[in-house]
Amino acid sequence: MITLLYFAGLREATGTAQEEADLDGKTVAELIAWVGERYPHLSLEAVRVAINEEYAPESDVLQAGDTAALIPPVSGG
Amino acid sequence: MKPYEIVTEPIDPQRYADYVLRPEAGAVTLFTGHVREWTRGIRTLYLAYEAYAPMAEKMLARIGEEIEQKWPGTRTAIAHRIGELRIGEIAVVIAVSSPHRKDAYEANEYAIERIKESVPVWKKEIWEDGTEWIGDQRKKPDTQGEKP
Repeated sequence: MITLLYFAGLREATGTAQEEADLDGKTVAELIAWVGERYPHLSLEAVRVAINEEYAPESDVLQAGDTAALIPPVSGG
Repeated sequence: MKPYEIVTEPIDPQRYADYVLRPEAGAVTLFTGHVREWTRGIRTLYLAYEAYAPMAEKMLARIGEEIEQKWPGTRTAIAHRIGELRIGEIAVVIAVSSPHRKDAYEANEYAIERIKESVPVWKKEIWEDGTEWIGDQRKKPDTQGEKP
């Protein structure tokens, strides 16, 4: 299982900060597609994914136990 | 304090300046970013910041490493506050020391630019008549947050 984290506007739009999903062996691109199907009202084009606290390219493959965070455009500072 | 940290309490910038000061340093630049009341003609009541704290602290430390590579002999400390912040309060502090002032100025500006593009921290503006999560405005208006 993969732990998914949602932040900021994504957290509010999904109504969840964290959930588990069986996405073992899927790529980051497939993860984003899964989230898009689950929450069709989200706009995910500008969203980056971090696996285990590191930004990951769309080709990276998820492994059981990974934490994948959906990172909407940041606005710190 | 940690040299790269996400905090929930008010920031005392002097602690970060003290941390980077060393006998070899002839200059310290101290940047503090504050909550602004007026943005594009809209009045902000307060801001709410959220972070992916463990990753954000890692990214801040990485920015510090990048600065040490680009400007050898510098020392850096960065803190970002999260939670609800009122007008005028400090959201971010960046302290850089260097033997000569030019490096400290340049490295400090580099740090805030890198924070704005890569560190997972988000700002929500709260107005009298609505709220919005602020995203990267270089690409397009915020499409994740609710519209006022």
